[in-house]
Amino acid sequence: MTAYVISDSGTMLARSMRRMRRYPSLTLFVAGMPVVLLLLFVYVFGGALGSGLGVPGGGRDAYVNYIVPGVLVFAVAGAAQGTAISVAMDMTAGIVARFRTMAIARSAVLAGHVIGAVLQTLLAIAIVLAVAVVIGFRPTTGPGEWMAAVGLLTLTAIAITWVAVALGMSANSVETASNSPMILILLPFLSSAFVPTQSMPGPLAWFAENQPFTPIIETLRGLFFGSPIGNDGLVAVAWCVAITVGAVLWSLRLYDRDPSRYLTARS
Amino acid sequence: MNGRSAGDTAAIEVRGLRKSYGEHVVLDGIDFEVAAGTVFALLGPNGAGKTTTVQILSTLIPADGGEVRVAGHDVANNADDVRHAIGVTGQVSAVDGLFTGAENLRLMASLLHLGRAEASAKVQGLLEQFELVDAADKPASTYSGGMRRRLDLAMTLMGDPQIIFLDEPTTGLDPRSRRTMWQIVRELVSRGVTILLTTQYLEEADRLAGRIALLDEGKIIASGTPAELKRLVSGGSVRLQFPDEQELDRAARALGGTRDEESFALRVSSATDPRSLRSLLDQLDREHIHVDGLSTEAADLDDVFLALTSGEARRSRAAQSPEGATQANERITVQ
Repeated sequence: MTAYVISDSGTMLARSMRRMRRYPSLTLFVAGMPVVLLLLFVYVFGGALGSGLGVPGGGRDAYVNYIVPGVLVFAVAGAAQGTAISVAMDMTAGIVARFRTMAIARSAVLAGHVIGAVLQTLLAIAIVLAVAVVIGFRPTTGPGEWMAAVGLLTLTAIAITWVAVALGMSANSVETASNSPMILILLPFLSSAFVPTQSMPGPLAWFAENQPFTPIIETLRGLFFGSPIGNDGLVAVAWCVAITVGAVLWSLRLYDRDPSRYLTARS
Repeated sequence: MNGRSAGDTAAIEVRGLRKSYGEHVVLDGIDFEVAAGTVFALLGPNGAGKTTTVQILSTLIPADGGEVRVAGHDVANNADDVRHAIGVTGQVSAVDGLFTGAENLRLMASLLHLGRAEASAKVQGLLEQFELVDAADKPASTYSGGMRRRLDLAMTLMGDPQIIFLDEPTTGLDPRSRRTMWQIVRELVSRGVTILLTTQYLEEADRLAGRIALLDEGKIIASGTPAELKRLVSGGSVRLQFPDEQELDRAARALGGTRDEESFALRVSSATDPRSLRSLLDQLDREHIHVDGLSTEAADLDDVFLALTSGEARRSRAAQSPEGATQANERITVQ
């Protein structure tokens, strides 16, 4: 059976991609939410917030460049909700029970979900970046830094997607699955994504500086605009790896768990 | 179960199977065997443990105790060997609603690692066999209950399983779809497939299964062929025809039973074997009651089911000591 891990994962990935095409509203939602947030923050709050950044020039134009790394991370976190919902829908459907009774690689079902969701998230990121460039996002660095930024976003997407898969599987219903990732959506607001952490009150500032999203966002800013990254890069990668390992272990345990709990209570 | 000839091999062997969820005992040590190429029905009310049994036998969930061998492989230690031999169609529809019928079948072909040509031929063949050709390119979510169930079973058959588990295959289907499903089951058996089906419907078990086990509250309370089970209830009834109301009155006083005033008939519950009938007639002779006619009605499985799952029957089993209870079960097993 293990000889077929890759081929089974490929089949499951093809299945996930086809489901995404059949259910495009979820993909649109994944890309749409961060775009709306970007426009809202830039055009409604941007004038005032930009002046508070304390950078030369200030104003809306400076704020676009400040906020885009945060919105990209928000896009990753926001995609988690869609992933959790589709995993929960899939697990409550009988087809996954069928997969379990077939001689296919156990990890293939999860791999299909994760790779599909990461690709979906990267698509959303591309859309957000395109909109950002249109409204004035102007990174100042070269292709190497761009590659590194995309690499870090991919690592972040992998980590958050595994968390979303675990949340989707631990949910007893699709409703729970759509609610539990809200914490992931809230976290970017409590980071340096939209305003500098120094502007927050003491305990909140401490939390914002020490939660995983802030080093990721600060690293992206450094990569896009050449500001000093310091050890943020290392911390960001460490967070991604740690979250991924934890969430993979959690997901596999949930997948091996008694599946009868997914099915409605019966004998 | 030694009612078979020695040449038969067991496709499924279950010994002392136990499963609990916390305090709740779902399966309290059940034993049964299914001969290759036969249909075996697990019959029982909701909550009896039927689905749990299928889930354990199909490697979905682990057992707490006991030994289960499917197609000669131990489900606990050789789950993948078991999975190669089985197909499962459960109560919950196991089709992907966002996929068309043909796509669902092709998904199975990919997971079974079939070659392209073989896959296409099989998909087409199954669509035809299950009358899904017209709906092949429509999403499964738009299918009727009967079509979904047929697609579900077609997906199960992609892998040519030797053993098929059907968990309440006709629950929620209309009578016509139910008959189609029965026909499919018969065709499968004629090709040598072994089928374990669970059902709440006595008629279904009666029509399809060679052997039936009655499952109630996690225990097998009776098992045997449909005919053997029917004989378990001392039963059936005898309808006695009298010439006039006077004779009917006297007979009713002597025997009890249900009167049919219009046709001067009396329905008495009684065993229908010759000896019981003779003693019934002897009693009427002694009372000098004249009988015009007599007909018997055999017990049907409903009578067996109701008799064995009644509150009284459960209490009398519960009153036994644990060892006594299992002995009682064995006594009731018709070999």
